[in-house]
Amino acid sequence: MIVGIPSEILVNESRVAATPQTVKRLLKLGFEVVIQSKAGEKANFSDVQFENAGAKIVTDAIDVYNHSAIILKVNEPTLKELEMLQSGTVLLSFLRPAQNQELLQKLAEKNVSALAMDAIPRISRAQKVDVLSSMANIAGYRSVIEAAFYFGRFLNGQITAAGKVEPAKVLVIGAGVAGLAAIGAANSLGAIVRAFDTRKEVAEQIQSMGAQFLTVDINEDGATDSGYSKEMSEEFIAAEMALFKAQATEVDIIITTAQIPGREAPKLILASHVAVMKPGSVIVDLAASSGGNCDLTKDGEIFRTENGVTIIGKIDQLPAQASQLYGNNLCHMLEDMGKAENWNINMEDTIVSRAMVTHNGQVNWPPKPLPVSPTKPQVINTSQEDQKEIIKNKNKNNGLSMLIKLGCIGLLLLGLGQVAPAEFMQHFTVFVLAVFIGWQVIWNVAHSLHTPLMAVTNAISGIIVVGGLLQTKDSLNLSSILAFIAIFFACINIVGGFFVTQRMLKMFKK
Amino acid sequence: MILGIQTAAYVFASILFILSLGGLSSIESSKQGVLYGILGMLVAIAATVFGKDVEGHVYIIVAIVSASFIGIVLAQRVKMESMPQLVAILHSFVGLAAVLVGIGSYLDVGIEEITNTEKTIHLTEVFIGVFIGAITFTGSIVAWGKLEGKISSKSLIFKGRHFLNIFLVLVCIVLGVFFVISANDFGLNYLIVMTFIAGLIGYFLVMAIGGADMPVVVSMLNSYSGWAASSAGFMLGNDLLIITGALVGSSGAILSIIMCKAMNRSFFSVILGGFGTVSSTSKSPLIEGEITALKHEEVSQLLIEANTIVVVPGYGMAVAKAQYPIYEMVKELQKLGKTVRFAIHPVAGRLPGHMNVLLAEANVPYDIVMEMDEINDDMSSTDIVMVIGANDIVNPGAEDDPSSPIYGMPVIKAWKAEQVIIMKRSMSTGYAGVENPLFYKENAQMLYGDAKESVDKILGFIKSNQ
Repeated sequence: MIVGIPSEILVNESRVAATPQTVKRLLKLGFEVVIQSKAGEKANFSDVQFENAGAKIVTDAIDVYNHSAIILKVNEPTLKELEMLQSGTVLLSFLRPAQNQELLQKLAEKNVSALAMDAIPRISRAQKVDVLSSMANIAGYRSVIEAAFYFGRFLNGQITAAGKVEPAKVLVIGAGVAGLAAIGAANSLGAIVRAFDTRKEVAEQIQSMGAQFLTVDINEDGATDSGYSKEMSEEFIAAEMALFKAQATEVDIIITTAQIPGREAPKLILASHVAVMKPGSVIVDLAASSGGNCDLTKDGEIFRTENGVTIIGKIDQLPAQASQLYGNNLCHMLEDMGKAENWNINMEDTIVSRAMVTHNGQVNWPPKPLPVSPTKPQVINTSQEDQKEIIKNKNKNNGLSMLIKLGCIGLLLLGLGQVAPAEFMQHFTVFVLAVFIGWQVIWNVAHSLHTPLMAVTNAISGIIVVGGLLQTKDSLNLSSILAFIAIFFACINIVGGFFVTQRMLKMFKK
Repeated sequence: MILGIQTAAYVFASILFILSLGGLSSIESSKQGVLYGILGMLVAIAATVFGKDVEGHVYIIVAIVSASFIGIVLAQRVKMESMPQLVAILHSFVGLAAVLVGIGSYLDVGIEEITNTEKTIHLTEVFIGVFIGAITFTGSIVAWGKLEGKISSKSLIFKGRHFLNIFLVLVCIVLGVFFVISANDFGLNYLIVMTFIAGLIGYFLVMAIGGADMPVVVSMLNSYSGWAASSAGFMLGNDLLIITGALVGSSGAILSIIMCKAMNRSFFSVILGGFGTVSSTSKSPLIEGEITALKHEEVSQLLIEANTIVVVPGYGMAVAKAQYPIYEMVKELQKLGKTVRFAIHPVAGRLPGHMNVLLAEANVPYDIVMEMDEINDDMSSTDIVMVIGANDIVNPGAEDDPSSPIYGMPVIKAWKAEQVIIMKRSMSTGYAGVENPLFYKENAQMLYGDAKESVDKILGFIKSNQ
């Protein structure tokens, strides 16, 4: 079975669907690999490297298409490429099925089984084939590098002989894979990082990456079953805008990553926000291709506004890295589909059935919605404030019942004090305090020492010997004999108890 | 000795006792803790013996020396497996001593010298002290008998036993009232009759409790013995006795509470007994699946192939004295580069912390001995769980079968591991008398036979494999 990799023909595309390393993996999976000459040139992979890895090099794209049962690509096929595709071929590529209905129709007509790598459902099992995540990861990282390049200062704070340098403040909007990668990168460069997301559940992830989680005072959760965020209410958006405006005056770099699948990206940074930013600040808009999160973003361009803010609408792809990760994702996908040996397009499989947008001449889009994790909403239903409220009430109730209990105890003691003589009350005081001390001390005893504890307390309870000692008389009367027996047994207890405890404890060793 | 010095010595002894118990919070400080305890006891005894009211030093010395000898022999001879029995019988001694001291105190004190209220209070104290002492005495003896196997460990349940117990307690109270108001020597008769009745109560109380609840009973009796000492302190007006008794009493009470929590049962339902009868009347849902049995060689093969292994010991290990060969096996497996740990359920065995002591006896380092809560989360990433002589503490029914009598009890989630090997003598149910669905699970396999012999055989196969 032959897997073919043609060159990408889009001008701005420097990635390739395979690298020498992934070629080796493909061969291990039992496939033969044909790759077009110079396919990896822009990503710094030479033909020689591919050849050494075991791939066959062909000069013309048409040869790739004619010989291969499976075609691996990065971008959706152009009309020219579409013509070269053979009937019955399986195509793995980014396809943007939501925007490309016409393309899907044509692929179906040509009887191509097209698997849209960008339509893979975001379920746990599909993580290793999730190309959106691997590409977002790169974009998030690069966005910080890009911002640092245009930002005229250090990102980290320093105190040098030449003076003190303030750390840069970075605001990341949207904590998906790209946002989290950006947080991590900015944090490791030493910047102060803040992050905003409408989904409350990501607060922990944001904090774990080293950023401060910003939130608005409105209780609304943007989480949806698909794992993406939804559009929020007007009230929420107003509060959000106020927050962004306040932040815009303070931060040096804003990185926006908010995208809603199949829709235009929400406008989060308005022209008025940009206007209040300090000169020299940088905005990186990772949503530029779907309209941009910033009002002023120009897709594919980097420019400076009049007040000196650099707005970046184009991100380098890190082609070598991106090709490597994308290629690995493709390998995983082919492995999941049975390798060369048991190659099988299983439309029962959740991943394949949802990503295979054309099959057997049929268009298979859009698929049914699929919840990411159905139990999640229940867990996050109670917000922190609710929980605080609950704890508060609990404390209140506890306090009340404690008060009642204490009152009862007080009354009982008062009653006892009325009848009992002073001496008894003195002993009683000692008794109660001792019970409390015992209570406090014993809870600390290690679980594994419970048996020695019993043996020790057993030995100590032999203190009853004191009672016997006080009663022995020189003359042998009944009381004296009883006391003698009592001393005898209590002493067995004391000596035996301590001895056996020591024996036990000696055995415990690390 | 002047009274002030004696009091000071008592305070010092009390402090030492508190430090002693505090020392047990960690293994490192525990040995020191015991030394504090011994020192405290020496101070207390010396301060008493050299006090001004004490006579009969000869008898005292005779009693102490002979008793010490017996105590040392007992403590040296006892096997770690029979620790519970020893602890139980020692409790009974304290109970007995409390009874004797109480009666002695009644005979001893010049009743005429004290005022009326004081007399009433003193007599009440004597009465309560003897009452608790007698219950502790007989209760502990029954507990010892059950642990030793001299008395059937099945719970003795008959209709109206709660009724009988309440009746007996009422009788004691009535006797108590008579005892307090009777001015003459006749009071002694009331006291002695009450002692017998209290003894009966102790007997019925512990007879009604089944074998699996023994850890609770033993710690409860531990608590009683403390309260008995404390009440003796009240009647003698001795603060040291009060303090020490209270320390022991609350210690036992806490242990009982911990044990009850570990079994998800209320303290009262345990001490009132009757566990195990529930299961015979309620029908548990039919368990599906088959039991598969393994041979020793297959088990050794499985162990060699595994990477992470968890051993769950239970009372069966104690009975078979299998802790030594088990640790031998663990050491062999560790040599092969496997991660081996022990998982201890809080109520495994017949005494709180029983398993820890047995494993320590076999020199198992305590950092590979984990508590249930520490290890339960790791179960799903464990290759093999070896359940050795345990049953109820690994019963999945406690989690998912509401009709199970142990439903809700926290258990070690052995079934989450890749594979479970259960070493058992036969297919009988555990002490709770409950069927264990674990044995029928697909990933569970049985290895029948005596735990020690089985482990020895497995050990042989592992060694010969190298």
